Amino acid sequence: MSANLSPYHHVRPEVIPLLKDGKLFSEGQKAPTRAAFAQTVIELGAANPDIVVLDADVSKSIGTNRFGAKFPERHFNFGIAEQNMFAAAAGMATTGLIPFACTYAVFASLRALDMVRNSIHYPNLNVKIAASHSGITPGPDGVTHQGQEDMTIMRSIANSTVIAPADPDTTVLAVKAAAAHAGPVYLSFTRDPVPEVFGPDYPFEIGKAVTVRDGSDVTIIAMRDLTAHALVAAAHLAEAGIEARVIDCPTLKPLDEEIVLQAARETGAIVTAENNVYFGGLGSAVAELLVENHPTPMQRIGVRDTFAESGPYLDLLDKYGLSYGHIETAARKVIARK
Amino acid sequence: MANVPMSVEELKQMAATIRCDIIEMICTAGAGHPGGSLSATDIVTALYFRLMRLDPQNPRWPDRDRFILSKGHACPVWYATLAERGFFDKAHLGTLRQLGSILQGHPDMNKVPGIDMTAGSLGQGLSVGVGMALAGKLQKKDYHVWVVVGDGESQEGAVWEAAMSAAKWKLDNITAILDRNNLQNDWHVDELMPIEPVADKWQAFGWHVVDIDGHDMDAIVPALEAARERKGGPTLILARTIKGKGVSYMENVCEWHGKAPCQEEADQALDEIRRCSCER
Repeated sequence: MSANLSPYHHVRPEVIPLLKDGKLFSEGQKAPTRAAFAQTVIELGAANPDIVVLDADVSKSIGTNRFGAKFPERHFNFGIAEQNMFAAAAGMATTGLIPFACTYAVFASLRALDMVRNSIHYPNLNVKIAASHSGITPGPDGVTHQGQEDMTIMRSIANSTVIAPADPDTTVLAVKAAAAHAGPVYLSFTRDPVPEVFGPDYPFEIGKAVTVRDGSDVTIIAMRDLTAHALVAAAHLAEAGIEARVIDCPTLKPLDEEIVLQAARETGAIVTAENNVYFGGLGSAVAELLVENHPTPMQRIGVRDTFAESGPYLDLLDKYGLSYGHIETAARKVIARK
Repeated sequence: MANVPMSVEELKQMAATIRCDIIEMICTAGAGHPGGSLSATDIVTALYFRLMRLDPQNPRWPDRDRFILSKGHACPVWYATLAERGFFDKAHLGTLRQLGSILQGHPDMNKVPGIDMTAGSLGQGLSVGVGMALAGKLQKKDYHVWVVVGDGESQEGAVWEAAMSAAKWKLDNITAILDRNNLQNDWHVDELMPIEPVADKWQAFGWHVVDIDGHDMDAIVPALEAARERKGGPTLILARTIKGKGVSYMENVCEWHGKAPCQEEADQALDEIRRCSCER
């Protein structure tokens, strides 16, 4: 037995007492991951003159207008023309530039999808698609601005790498890793502030998921903003004597198959949690892997076959079945099926 | 190896050779798009054998001029031109659209030496060209970007997003050539979904427009040369062309947009193209 009895890994110490009753969401330090992206791309741009940023009239929202202020010759605002922006990013990438093309997830994954598929992924060009407002995180904006299908869509495209970091610090690591990765990367960010959960020791690597809480009764595999909810759910389960393993899965594709299979073998029950429609994304990826290799009882948390609506972020998660309470219920349910 | 840059007379002969290649490769493949390949042949020939700075031995040379065939279905003309220019062995032309071929039904930049951009889904090439032109300005390179856009393709809204942006950034290192053959898959462009007044539209979007006969090599060469030299903004060459040009039974006939000639039809086509070429 290790001297360190805490089941948590890479979780900031000040976060752990706030897990109970979800105090993390009211009292914890919070920031939207889009802001961490915007700051990081400036750092990257300062170090590498090949980094360029493309926007489509939401640079003030994403924060990339600050890149523009610092590197005006490397910032291109295409106006409200996402299709042109993504195909132009492909053209830039053919010359060796590393474009970060930024917009909201719903426009990157849907409106400009033909360009994203045919001009970026098919030729495997080195374009970074920076998508804010992923999932139902732009709460008040409502359905037209909620990118609740982006994980599903982007995962289905060949040559894609799909990343959705859980919090601001891991976003910094993810953006840096994406810049260093040759080929297209889809990066998904939240519009709404999410708790700062992880410390700088988080071992981010593309294609690797990370066990952030030990447990042997059930495993909760979560991504993006629902990882924090998974940790809260695990804390509540622990009070009832149920030890839930929590895996943060910032790379949806390629999926870290080894960590998932190991969790299935060791805990025998899996819950997936994603702020995305519950088909085609994380839940599906895990289910597809398990059904062919190690069939395991599973419950999936995600947006059901419905559109959401306008509303405060946390209230929306609650209404549409994505909160820690839902994850906790799903864990009890799946354990009963073991 | 072709002796470049070619004279206008040599270009005319090369265009006839490329037209024959197009007919032969599509006939062998049993599928493909002859009409739009033949309408763009004179322009593409002039670019590759007269205008463009290229090195067939170094197809990804960073300082090369770029070419994008936004109407990617017309790739037989691109493949034939690249083969004649020495980018790859002409033997590949007989493999068009076959399993394992480098010559896909629509062009793949990672399979074919000399293809600067994958294309096929319409309305994207001009945007890609804008990206290349912006990169050229940023990196202080003097290459020129040439994009052939179809007239039917201009019904795609994204073409106009790209047009707007090239003018905004005053990109004088990009030239678009509109292959105005007035036919698309289903019917005549001007009846199906009219694009006229197309010259006015491009002008209104901030482009310098040059109206030429897209099959008159004596007009094509100076128009392209002037577009390359012009400063201050992008140029659109409105190339009035004939779909299926050079093959009597294909000219202006909608059905030859995406149909392969049988051997007998191909023989007739080759005969007509060669006879016409010899009469010069």
